Amino acid sequence: MDGAVLRAQGLAKEFRGFRAVDGVDLAVAEGSVHALVGPNGAGKTTLFNLLTGFLKPSAGSIRLGEHDLTGRRPEHVARLGVARSFQITSLFPQMTPREHVELALASPTGLTWRFWRSHRTLDRHAARAMELLDQVGLAAHAAIPAGTLAYGHKRALELALALALDPRVLLLDEPTAGMGVEDVERTVELVRKVRAGRTVVMVEHNMTVVASLADRVTVLQSGRVLAEGPYAEIRHDPRVISAYLGDADAVH
Amino acid sequence: MILSRLAARPILLVAGLFLALVLPWMIYPPVAMDIACWALFACALDLLLGFTGLLSFGHAAFWGGGAYVAGLVAVHSGLPFPVAVLAGAAFAAVLAVPIGYLSVRLRGIYFAMVTLAFAQMVYFLVNQWRDLTGGENGLQGVPRELFGLDLSDSFVYYYVALPLVLAGFVAVWRIVRSPFGRVLMSIRDNTARAQALGYPVDRYKLLAFVLSACLSGLAGGLFAIGHGFASLESVYWTTSGQAVMMVVLGGIGTLWGGVLGAALVVELNDYLVTAGFEGIGIVTGTIFVLIVLVFRRGIWGTARHLLETRSGGRGASPGDRPPGGAPDGSPAPTEGVGSPV
Repeated sequence: MDGAVLRAQGLAKEFRGFRAVDGVDLAVAEGSVHALVGPNGAGKTTLFNLLTGFLKPSAGSIRLGEHDLTGRRPEHVARLGVARSFQITSLFPQMTPREHVELALASPTGLTWRFWRSHRTLDRHAARAMELLDQVGLAAHAAIPAGTLAYGHKRALELALALALDPRVLLLDEPTAGMGVEDVERTVELVRKVRAGRTVVMVEHNMTVVASLADRVTVLQSGRVLAEGPYAEIRHDPRVISAYLGDADAVH
Repeated sequence: MILSRLAARPILLVAGLFLALVLPWMIYPPVAMDIACWALFACALDLLLGFTGLLSFGHAAFWGGGAYVAGLVAVHSGLPFPVAVLAGAAFAAVLAVPIGYLSVRLRGIYFAMVTLAFAQMVYFLVNQWRDLTGGENGLQGVPRELFGLDLSDSFVYYYVALPLVLAGFVAVWRIVRSPFGRVLMSIRDNTARAQALGYPVDRYKLLAFVLSACLSGLAGGLFAIGHGFASLESVYWTTSGQAVMMVVLGGIGTLWGGVLGAALVVELNDYLVTAGFEGIGIVTGTIFVLIVLVFRRGIWGTARHLLETRSGGRGASPGDRPPGGAPDGSPAPTEGVGSPV
């Protein structure tokens, strides 16, 4: 596919003889929302960790536009423009949301090497941080320790952190995992709002969310691509339906 | 609440400063100097252990390296002792670059073992290089020179050296409360997240390691000048162990805890030696085990925790709390990341 901003070719990851990801080709079009779905153990999260540098691929390549991401460390991948959220909420419990976002905004600036300055110098990012928190609906909770936030708010902070890096590609690992209906709806709205001008790749179990957000869907099974296409096509694909047998409520 | 907190800090600082100034009046001045040096060493180690989540078991290389280089500079150049001490600190920082480079990417116990191994290599070199270091006898006859002032009295030396010690404390305090310190704490609390934010965590850990080593070298240099010689024991692994013990005893990630731990251990050692007691290790070891079992946050950490829970307040800034019990402060995220789906 031309116009792919993020492209994986023949991507594989082997854990002690077990191929969690087994020759995956993936092309994510610029400006699209691309969902990765599949039953548990299909290799979605492993693929995610390969794309973000948290795992090194056993084989294959990853490109972001003109950059080769293959085998790069997570911080390089983040700098080059692929930001991620974590499936299991991953924050600094004692820092406030504002401090989180300030830290994210400071990461490309070099300010954080200055061990001789006061940490108050990070406040120069306060205005932008509050803007981002406002965008995800966290402005009212900007000053309490993140460890005490409600679950939905922690997820929103995850999103704000990824957005703070102003990424070319935003990778969301199960953004609605563990959420109630109301929070799911709010998250869908949020993703819809922030996707403007961005490319989004998301791992998602909730098919309603996939249906309402994704332009394209890649279905994984046993580490391989089972099917790929628009959601409307994918949902009728007999291979996909049979892959989801026993997980029947996943495809509506 | 906030007002009382703001008020509490200067009171602690003033009290600490006051204590530092009157210490040689209260106890034997050389012991006061030992406490000051070990306190700085413990704080420098806490910078790694408490604020970066790295347990170094090889800091004797930097304390001892600083001691020998400061001693050698003082012996051979006759320069003022602060110059010698700063040379020792600089040497420790330079020595920390290759050691840190090869070890910061390791986690937990592996980091501790590799730093220990490097420190033992330094010990071996110091022991073998007799012509320079005096081997087992240590480096003898280190002068205390400062523009012809008579510093032979330990009481005087304490006050002349104190500004350097205090400068070291200020440096640790500044580093912890800097943008850089904020990143260190984020690495300690959640390494994977820090990486995902674009932070090259190994390079941050390396700088933290070098800074910690530099301040340890400063403390070691002052210690050697104070004693008039650099001992082989200063680069031995027991020195690393003692510093770790002081930090754990006082409270990891509290800074004040390191000072308190150093004061207790040095004072106790001195008391036992004066009393002619042989098995010092057994006493300090037992106390250490008891404290760690009963007060997992250390003495300072436990006291502060009690005060905080009683007043029902939360900590002031994110760095003020210890990273729980584990020396390698990184929690679950990397495990979640590494496992197959």
